Amino acid sequence: MSSYNIIDHEYDVVVLGAGGSGLRAAVGLSEAGLKTACISKVFPTRSHTSAAQGGISAALGNMGEDDWRWHMYDTVKGADWLGDQDSIEYLCKEAPKAVLELEKYGVPFSRTDEGKIYQRPFGGMTKNYGNGIVQRTCAAADRTGHAILHTLYGQALKHNTEFFIEYFALDLLMKDGECKGLIAWNLNDGTIHRFRAHTVIIATGGYGKVYYSATSAHTCTGDGNAMVLRAGLPLQDMEFVQFHPTGIYGHGTLISEGVRGEGGYLVNSKGERFMERYAPNAKDLASRDVVSRSMSIEINEGRGVGKDQDHVHLHLSHLDKSVIENRLPGITEAARLFANVDVTKEPIPVVPTVHYNMGGIPTNYKAEVLTVNGSEKTVPGLMAIGEAACVSVHGANRLGSNSLIDLVVFGRAAAKRAAELVKPGAPHEEISETETQKCLDRFDKLRNAQGDNSTAELRLAMQKTMQSKCAVFRTEKNLEEGVNEIRKTYDGIDSISVKDRSLVFNTDLVETLEFDNLIRQAVTTVDSAYHRKESRGAHAREDYPNRDDKKFMQHTLAWCDGKNTKITYRPVHNSTLTNEVQYFPPQERVY
Amino acid sequence: MAQISLPKNSEVNKGKYFKDKTGSKNIRKINVYRWDPSTEENPRIDTYEVDMDNCPSKVLDILNKIKNEIDPTLAYRRSCAHGVCGSCAMNMGGKNGLACTKPHSEIDGDIDIYPLPHLKVKRDLIGDLDGLYKQYESIEPWLKNNSTKETTEIFQSKEDRAKLDGAYECIMCACCSTSCPSYWWNGDKYLGPAVLLQAYRWIVDSRDDERKARLKKVADELKLYRCHTILNCTSACPKGLNPAKAIAEIKKMLATANV
Repeated sequence: MSSYNIIDHEYDVVVLGAGGSGLRAAVGLSEAGLKTACISKVFPTRSHTSAAQGGISAALGNMGEDDWRWHMYDTVKGADWLGDQDSIEYLCKEAPKAVLELEKYGVPFSRTDEGKIYQRPFGGMTKNYGNGIVQRTCAAADRTGHAILHTLYGQALKHNTEFFIEYFALDLLMKDGECKGLIAWNLNDGTIHRFRAHTVIIATGGYGKVYYSATSAHTCTGDGNAMVLRAGLPLQDMEFVQFHPTGIYGHGTLISEGVRGEGGYLVNSKGERFMERYAPNAKDLASRDVVSRSMSIEINEGRGVGKDQDHVHLHLSHLDKSVIENRLPGITEAARLFANVDVTKEPIPVVPTVHYNMGGIPTNYKAEVLTVNGSEKTVPGLMAIGEAACVSVHGANRLGSNSLIDLVVFGRAAAKRAAELVKPGAPHEEISETETQKCLDRFDKLRNAQGDNSTAELRLAMQKTMQSKCAVFRTEKNLEEGVNEIRKTYDGIDSISVKDRSLVFNTDLVETLEFDNLIRQAVTTVDSAYHRKESRGAHAREDYPNRDDKKFMQHTLAWCDGKNTKITYRPVHNSTLTNEVQYFPPQERVY
Repeated sequence: MAQISLPKNSEVNKGKYFKDKTGSKNIRKINVYRWDPSTEENPRIDTYEVDMDNCPSKVLDILNKIKNEIDPTLAYRRSCAHGVCGSCAMNMGGKNGLACTKPHSEIDGDIDIYPLPHLKVKRDLIGDLDGLYKQYESIEPWLKNNSTKETTEIFQSKEDRAKLDGAYECIMCACCSTSCPSYWWNGDKYLGPAVLLQAYRWIVDSRDDERKARLKKVADELKLYRCHTILNCTSACPKGLNPAKAIAEIKKMLATANV
């Protein structure tokens, strides 16, 4: 049995993660008078929200007529009808309020001539239910995420949120199916902390690092998702992994969809604007899954550019210099640094790159975590928001600029719901020591692991498997190989090695714990993909090229206790939240 | 004459030497500062021979290669890997910068890698920025506006918005403040370029109603006027910002305005 000194804390609510959604929730909770702790493994402004570039969607109508119902239709269609329309209604209706609130917090949005928030066109965002392009994506140049994240951190400071920074969360504390808190390791001094809370809000982001080439940060390891799996709860729709069309070839750095929003376009080795063939109306501004697939087809059919003909070109040199300078300064810098390209003269080499996880912890539109036991039910004391959550508003494919709005709308919703459920200062229940012990045993075992496999080797093996077996196009054969291969990598953890024995900033152990988190999500992702025998949104099966609404208008739920998974389904919600809008029945999805 | 010397436990010793095992003909020596507070040992410089034929272009790629292939115990902060999160700020070849954007080809000879200068060290390349973060809080980095309208934004002209360019982009990596001799000497009282740039960002935001109070707050011999226009800050900024100019602007506003 492992023995560690434990430092105890009691809070009304604990928010795990300090990116856009975690901070927005923390602000709302503090405003509501709840004693709130916000725990993060990195300083808040280092969170990956800072990397979001293009903007945040909301039907403000600053650049022409717009309606939240149009936004809703676009999101439903973008999601390939896998999104829950009650949640999507909530998202789109609340979006304008949430953006105006951000503006009042101080976000330095770019402006129109009248001094209003500037909005740009973005993929899949249309007017009047698919009839023409609308300008809906609110932007702070091409650094919108950075601007929002820093502003929200300032708001959290204003409201005296208590931060626990550079604490690495280990596990949830569960009792009879309810969440009672969590355990975290303080990297600064090596101490172990137990947080009791009436509600834990998971805001740990995505798990892009299961792939070899991703726009995700090194820290995007989906720690909260894995904690949920270890607590015996399911993850939802994990097979839906978004490949962003424009990651810099060879490096993976994101080049915003805003480039195409401002008039940039993709070109193959023959100099053709090939998107005109695949999406005659929306062209380069079709949904991300559509553009990524089109690029992959061009490359697979030999029309890629470069020595190995394995990428395509993104042109923007035809754009007005002032547009590039004022609205796309960040990607100009990124292209120079990571592709050695002067965007005013040359195209950027780009390739579809893993970018976003539509899947995650299942929740309702109030951010309460769901599980299924016969029928749908909530997990008391547990909420999830942001990329970690699967509400599901993004369904099978997220539209660009719908993620930032998801963060703030549902961060706000979680705070509101927690304020309804939790009485400030209510006493905490005793939790049995066995939960703590179970968590610390896993920690201790990995900390003292003396096997032959380095964490870096196992991580690389996992990333290569996911990249080759669970990519843009998938087949039965490929996925089956993936299912088996990923389990071999999983078994490697029995003989993993951790060389660093310190408890202070032991990043060797952090990465090992992160790998332990990642591999469980890799297993659920490839298993979920194997079982979904249809093509929908980001999940494109060459052997099942069509959407199958009869069988698969359902969310995948995957439980995973190590390498064994259990897959079941729950129906997609087929009604809206109110009668302010009608349910959008499934249609063929053409751009 | 008084003898000034470091306490014994602060002397930096020669550390371990990791010889190349790949047989590469293209090797560079990387000298890295190491220290773990949970041991009794002095800080040391470990040297790694790194195969440059299989290493991408940035200093962070070298560190990742060391951590993945040679020595997993090396501790450093890193996250986004493209210069927006500010985690991997450190001192490379004698200059502050972000490891993820700094090309190693710009450094001649052996590469020395240290934590940001004049910070307490938490471990290895991880500096203690807690003091700087406290100073950031002290400038109250949030909009103070008395508008109560909920249905519209606060309007801001393009010209007014343009005043924030060069200030709002700051990623708080601390490369500037830790390159400033004045901040090295008075870092507990002088706010330093990073935090003053942030103060400036709110002072010039046309939507903010507390401009005068904000100016008054920084108008202090130590908080502001310890800036002696050395301009290391501007030369260090990996984002190409100009904190020295922002500080000068604050001084100018104070000199010319009725505060």
